[in-house]
This record gives sequence, structure tokens and C-alpha cells, in this order.
Amino acid sequence: MKRVHSLVLMGFGVTLVAACAKKEPEVAPVPQANADSVAAAERARADSIAADSARRAQEEAERLARQRAADSAAAVAAAAAEVRNTLAAMIHFDFDKANIRPDDAGMLDQKVAILNANPDLRIRINGHCDERGSDEYNLALGNRRSTAAKNYLVSHGVDASRIETASYGEERPVAMGHDEDSWAQNRRDEFEILSGGDVLRRP
Amino acid sequence: MRAGRRIAGWADGRLLLLAAVVSAQPTIRLSAQDTSAIDRGVRIGIVYRPGVRPGIVVLPGSQASLDSVRAIITRDLDYSDRFEVITMPGAGAASLGPAEPPVTAPRTAPGLNYPLYRALGADFAIEARRVGDTTVVVVHDVTAGGIRRAFRQVLPALGQSGFRLAVHRVADQVLQATLGAPGIAATRILFVRDGKVYTIDQDGTDIGLVSSSDHQAMSPAWARNGRQFSYMEFSEGHGQLFVQDVATHHRVSVVTTGKALDFTPAFSPDGKTLAFSRATEEGTDVYTVNMRDNCCLQRLTRGGFSDNLSPTYSPDGQRIAFVSTRPGLPQVYVMSADGTDQQLFAPFDYGVTGSSNAPEWSPDGQSVAFHRDVGGTLQVFVLDVRTRSVRQLTSLGRNEDPTWAPDSRHLAFVSDRSGYRQLWVIDLETGRIRPLLQQSGARLPAWSPRIPEAVPTNP
Repeated sequence: MKRVHSLVLMGFGVTLVAACAKKEPEVAPVPQANADSVAAAERARADSIAADSARRAQEEAERLARQRAADSAAAVAAAAAEVRNTLAAMIHFDFDKANIRPDDAGMLDQKVAILNANPDLRIRINGHCDERGSDEYNLALGNRRSTAAKNYLVSHGVDASRIETASYGEERPVAMGHDEDSWAQNRRDEFEILSGGDVLRRP
Repeated sequence: MRAGRRIAGWADGRLLLLAAVVSAQPTIRLSAQDTSAIDRGVRIGIVYRPGVRPGIVVLPGSQASLDSVRAIITRDLDYSDRFEVITMPGAGAASLGPAEPPVTAPRTAPGLNYPLYRALGADFAIEARRVGDTTVVVVHDVTAGGIRRAFRQVLPALGQSGFRLAVHRVADQVLQATLGAPGIAATRILFVRDGKVYTIDQDGTDIGLVSSSDHQAMSPAWARNGRQFSYMEFSEGHGQLFVQDVATHHRVSVVTTGKALDFTPAFSPDGKTLAFSRATEEGTDVYTVNMRDNCCLQRLTRGGFSDNLSPTYSPDGQRIAFVSTRPGLPQVYVMSADGTDQQLFAPFDYGVTGSSNAPEWSPDGQSVAFHRDVGGTLQVFVLDVRTRSVRQLTSLGRNEDPTWAPDSRHLAFVSDRSGYRQLWVIDLETGRIRPLLQQSGARLPAWSPRIPEAVPTNP
């Protein structure tokens, strides 16, 4: 049965081909200017240009928006980094002293402003000493230094519960030399972010 | 060069005795001033008191297996600073091999050629023999011409853990048998290096790490039973105290409340109480805690505007010496163990004397060693508890953190006299100073009591 069907179909096809072949090839029509179609083409082209430029404009706008967003993110990040740096800036002490130097008070004022602008921020102040004093006494001295900075911040309105203090004595020097320059660098308070420091706002 | 001075170089283990003959020399009671300029391993200018200290000789023997034992005992006796150690030519070094018996000295016990050793200046002669697996150490009384004591001991094999300590104990037995005094051979010193706690034998051997974590450690201190010690570790901005068992290395943290910085632990003599310094925003003060129940925090000082730290118990447990900044600069104070009756301990001249720190009460109760700032550097001082007078012990370089040997006449301390900070030992009676360790950066030493016999552990 199948074969019969194929044959029938085949015969049909042949007939069709024969029928087409019988027609004379037509002479291709000479293209004539058609005012309507020209106008349409013009219109279409204008439309397309317009659409294109609209698309471009839109793309440009999006790009600009992205750029602006990126710029502003960068700006925020830069601001945060700047705030972080200001917050982390160390203050220094005289030999065997734990009082805040007058020239370091400005740095602590900046930290007060940062803590006020970022209410979720919690920090730890780590007191350090130079190597000249007694190793164990220096733990007590470093403790006085971190507490002195905390007391300053608290007396300028920062909640005491937001600030922890610690002391490392002379155990963690930043400068390894055995001279006055290194000692001066090592007699310091470091300010460490404990929490709330992911997005820091400028004061 | 004074006659009668012994020149010894033991960097290579060889001891060379030039003369046992001593010249008549005025016997001066020494004030143990640190006037000697001693370089590593070489003794120069050590002041001896010939005629005052008994001479002792460790006899060389034919059993080479005992050379290490003889060398360790000889060095321990030397480091006791209680003898003139007479070294026979060819003795004292394993590298020299078995030495010939001394001329005309018959090797047969009990008789030695006592007149010969007497002529060499020896009051005692120590003989070590091996009989089977037992080591026999004989103490000859040369003056009396007979054997005073003999010890029989099965020592751990050479190189086995416990060998050196067992030999140190023999040396202490020799000291007990000869002079009736307990020795310090079987003792160790804890110290801090690169933020870790290490142990070293008093003769400078067997260094081992004992603190177990990566946290920075400070302030090791021994319990008077010699089985435990305490130290502090930094942890997240706080200072945590631990008590560690010597034998098992197991440690427990001492109870603390809140987030404080606890440091400078000190055991009471009965081991029941641990005193320590605690730094808070109020300042630093001395506290105690009940060790047995890990409870009952007590505050002994209330500094306010001053700091109080570094407690150290008197051996009777009745008093605590400590550092207080109440006069402006840190100075050494004393109080009753319950915190009452606080008063100045080590006198100072207001406005002149520098900071004084790191006191440690001697095991005999008579002295407190500490360091004091003298002209911008630190020097070791000793306070006489009875007269409350202080004397400066060191003067060369920076010297700090003294710690007493159990004989109360030796101190280990940190000094940079050789160009870098390391541990040294001074004998207050003779003024002799020796380096304990040749490594830089060692500090905060704590000399152990006599190490008790260990509970036998599996080999």
C-alpha cells in the first residue's frame, strides 16, 4: 500500500512540474518610480533613523546613569575609606605618659564626629608602648593610654559602651628600630573597628 | 692577672685547670657587685675566694659511658658556686675519651690517695662507677680520708628524656652530702621568646616549648610545688591567665570576669591563691582568685589615679610585694596578703630615683629582687627585707626582670651586656655571672623551685 501511495504522489509531482514548465518565462517588469513607495521608503528610513537615535540616546542615558551610579558608588567608597583612615589615624604619647597631647586632640575631635555620624559604629582602642620601660609595667601604661583616649571621646559625647579598650604594652611595635624615632612611633593608640564599619558616612 | 685565678674555656667542653695552688690573698667579703665584663662562655675577672670555698674534684674514670654523667655533675657543682671545682687534666670531656686514672691514685674503693688530692686543694672527691645497670656515686671526704656517702641509682639511658634531670638530682645529692645544703641543679627556668613560653635547664640545656597556642604569651610564674606554672596570653584585646601542669602539659584558664586584661600571675606559697594584675578602665590593680575552686575574685588594691601590679608573695604567704605608681613613678610597695597595710617597701629618693619594677621575693624571704631605672637604663637591685636597704647588683648594659633560684643566692635576669638581650645568671655570694642561653630575645625568666620527682610515665 505504501508503495502505491508513493507512486501516486510521484506522478502528481511530475504533472505539476510539467505544468510549470509549460509557461513562458515572463519578462521582468521594468522598475518604475513610484512616488508613494519612495515616500514610504523615505518615511521608513526617517523612522528608522529616529528609532535608532532614540535607542542610542536611551543607551547613552543608561550608560550615563550607570556611570553616575558607579561614580557615586566610588565616591561613597572613597568617602568611607577616607572616614576609615581618619578614624584609624593613630595618636601618640610622650615617654611614660598617658595624657592626650594637645596636637592630637584635633584628631580625636574628628573621631568624635565620625562616631556621631555613624551611630552603629563600635571601636576598640589599643594602647601601645615603646620598648624602654619594663615589659609588664608597659601593659598598665598601654591601658592608661587607651583609657585616656576613650575618656576624651566619651567626654565629647560618645557613648562609653561603643568603645572598648585594650593594651598590648610593648609587645606589638610598628617600628622595629631601637632609636628615638621608632620609640616615638611605638608610643601610640590604635583605633580598631569592631562593628558597624561597613558603610561609613562622612560626618 | 691574679695568681690563683682559674682560666677555663668551656665552649668546647674542656676545662683546663692551671693551678690548684692558691696564693695567699686577702679574703674580702664580696658585695657581689657586677664589675666583671664577661663575654659569652668565657670567664674573665671572676672573683674567687680561695680558701673559703671547699675544693671538689670529680674523678675521671675508665668507663666512658659515664663521661656525660661526670661532665654534668662537674658543671652542676661548678654552677652551684659553692666549690672550687678542681679539674683533673684530661677529665671533664667525653671527647677526650677515657682518661688514665690519676697518677698514683689507686682506683680501688674505699681508699683514694687522699694526701694527693689534699695537696691538690680538694676537700671532696666524687667518683662515679657503673655496676651493672646501677650508677654508683661515691662522695669521698678527702680531709677526713674516707667515704662520706655513696648513692646507687639506676639512671635513664643517655639521651633518654629524664636522663639529665636524674643526673642533676645526683649533683644535688652530692651537694647535700658535702655541704648539707640543697642544690639548684634539678631546676629549670621558664622564659618568653617570640611570644612563646620556653623551658630551659639551669645549666643551659634542654630547651623546650611549653606554651601551646599561637597567642602571644607573657609573664610565666611557677607554683611553689614545681608541678605547675601560670602565664598570660593575649586574646582579642584581653589578657587571659592559664595554669598549666608541667608533666601533662594540660592547661586550664583561670576564671576572669568580663573583658579585662589580666597579667603577672603569682602563686601563693600554699598554691591555693593566684594573685595577678588586672587592667581595666579604672586602671590596673592587684586581685586574687581562689585556685582550687576557680572562684572568689578579690580586689586587693584600689588605685584610682595610680596603677598597682606585679604581685609577689613572701614565702610565708603573709605579705605581697607589688609595684605601685602612687608616688608618680612605679616603685616597690608591700601589703598584707589580704590587701591591708599597704606601704612603701624599697626606699627611693623622690624626684631622683627612677622607676622600679618587676619585684620577686626570694624563697628564703630575706630579699626582694627588682629592677630600677638608672640613668635611662634598667639595673637589677636587691632589697634587704629586714633593713629595707637596697643595693644595686648590676651596672653593665641593661639588666632586668630578676628571678630567684631556690637557693636564694642565684638570680637569673635579662641582660644585653653581650650586645643582645639574653638570659644570664649571677651568684650573689661570689658575683660570678654566666650566660644561661645564647639566643637573643629571651626575657621574663621565672626560675623554678626544685623540680619534684616526676610521677613515672610510660617510656
